[in-house]
Amino acid sequence: MHIPDGYLSPSSCAVMYAASAPCWWQALRRTRRKLFGRTLPLLSLFAAFSFVIMMFNLPLPGGTTGHAVGVAVAAIVLGPWASMLAISLALAIQALFFGDGGITTLGANCFNMAIAGSFAAWGIYQLVSLGAAPDSRRRIVAAALAGYGAVNLSALLAAIEFGVQPMLFRDVTGAPLYAPYPLSIAIPAMMAGHLTIAGAAEAVMSAGLFSFLRSNEPALVGITSMPVQAASPTPRRLWGALGVVLLLTPLGILAGGTAWGEWAPQDFSDAAARARIAAASGQSAPPVAAPSGLARLASLWTAPLPDYAPHFVKSAAFGYLLSAMFGVGMILAVTWILRRAMQYANQRSRQ
Amino acid sequence: MSTNVFAKTVRGFTSALERTLVSEITAHESGLLQSLDPRVKLVGLLALVVAAALSRKLAVTAALFALGVVLALASRIALWSLAKRVWVVVFAFTFMIAAPALFLTPGQVLYSLPFGGLTLTSQGLRSTVLLIARVETAVTLSTLLVLTTPWMHLLKALRTLMVPVEIIALLAMTHRYAVLLMETANSMFESRQSRLVGRLNGHEHRHLMVNTGGVLLSKTLDLGNQVFLSMQARGFRGEVYLLNDFRLRGWDYVAMSGFAVAATAAVLAGR
Repeated sequence: MHIPDGYLSPSSCAVMYAASAPCWWQALRRTRRKLFGRTLPLLSLFAAFSFVIMMFNLPLPGGTTGHAVGVAVAAIVLGPWASMLAISLALAIQALFFGDGGITTLGANCFNMAIAGSFAAWGIYQLVSLGAAPDSRRRIVAAALAGYGAVNLSALLAAIEFGVQPMLFRDVTGAPLYAPYPLSIAIPAMMAGHLTIAGAAEAVMSAGLFSFLRSNEPALVGITSMPVQAASPTPRRLWGALGVVLLLTPLGILAGGTAWGEWAPQDFSDAAARARIAAASGQSAPPVAAPSGLARLASLWTAPLPDYAPHFVKSAAFGYLLSAMFGVGMILAVTWILRRAMQYANQRSRQ
Repeated sequence: MSTNVFAKTVRGFTSALERTLVSEITAHESGLLQSLDPRVKLVGLLALVVAAALSRKLAVTAALFALGVVLALASRIALWSLAKRVWVVVFAFTFMIAAPALFLTPGQVLYSLPFGGLTLTSQGLRSTVLLIARVETAVTLSTLLVLTTPWMHLLKALRTLMVPVEIIALLAMTHRYAVLLMETANSMFESRQSRLVGRLNGHEHRHLMVNTGGVLLSKTLDLGNQVFLSMQARGFRGEVYLLNDFRLRGWDYVAMSGFAVAATAAVLAGR
């Protein structure tokens, strides 16, 4: 996708420089204010990172390997304007220093990969992750799609630039002067590799890096709080749901029979209870008396509210509700005590 | 596959680092291009690249290529290193892309292949040869610029093309940290490879590569904070200054005229 010198006519190169120039100017204008702060090293380091990540050979299904550009991660972290500057810088270093991509075609390469790629990646990520929770898997899918979409848009633009060359530039004998293939060949030839190998490499790397950043540097990918904390603005709903469940607890009375395995020792000597045990156990008759171990251990602890029916309450339904409220209250009290204890321990350890 | 991909990635880093080192060494040799003012060299060689791109005649492109070879010899750049670094790679890449055009370009038939109904056309041959020659020439000339100019001088010379000073500062930092990150990534891969027993499957390998990329990104961000604090400590307040100590000498004016004549002649003859 890095178009070398000589593939595009000088006038095409000039057009692509002219198309890129206002974007660069606008990007520089928008980021200039930020260049006073951490953005200056962050931009150049992201450009350096993009340069290095392009050298990673990523094994892909089918036994082939691909390279990523890193445009999606740059767009998500830096925003589209700073990202286009960072990727343009990486492409400029590649062209000027390593001869990867031409100097005359730098405008075209930057337009395809840095400018269009950054906007496409940013737009796709925003669209797909719209309304997704910070810890949602959809955000990872959005990052992968952003990388995939950006690299394929860049490839399509490069293919169009190649494909218009023979339409516009031929010598007197009709021989193409620059890239020789028309659009009908250039687009399928270019897209075949990018829709499969290069796109997959970009998607895998974008998703992986996004996932890594979300876990380790959440603020950089626009997640300002940890996932658990992000869910905390809805305690009112949780309290509401808990209240509804509490009110529904008397429904348990409607259920007939005895829970299997929750028998009391006296149930074994009660005819009606024995019949229920046999029915619930595939008509296999229970022992004539409670097993000795069960009888011995069952008396170890006597519950203050046996069978969710406090002895001082006449109504079974109200007894259920009261027991539920008591149980929830106990859990909340224990949780609160544990939380305070942990806070106290943390404060002590900091001192 | 695992070892091959590891080795390939490490080879890529080693080769890039080697190129960086070689460029720095050749840029300080005492040769023709090295002795020129970087601004003259930048504008002059770019003018020749544009002339090569504009040329529609093979003879003119070949003449510009020959000029590039002469400049390389006069600048003490070994031709075998240029061949290894540029000519073979560019030829292989461009030929692979352009070869089908030999048969796909409609025109006067030169030769019909005995299979597949393919025909080699005069226009296809001409287009392919011209494309390869143009790309070889343009890349040779731009490589000469890099091989004979220290990177910081080249960046400062970009001011003559009205590149904003902030961009030059960013390019300088990017280049510097790209080399540092390459070394870091190289070390990470080598250390991982030295601990690798057995073979990884594709999924494990992808996982490892992406994790390495993530750790490298984390290191990059840490480095960004450290660099910012260092800049602050040294008094950086958001304004970038470049020392401009270039001074044109008599020889630079001669070279400038030479570049202008060669580029103009090539443009006129190549139309």
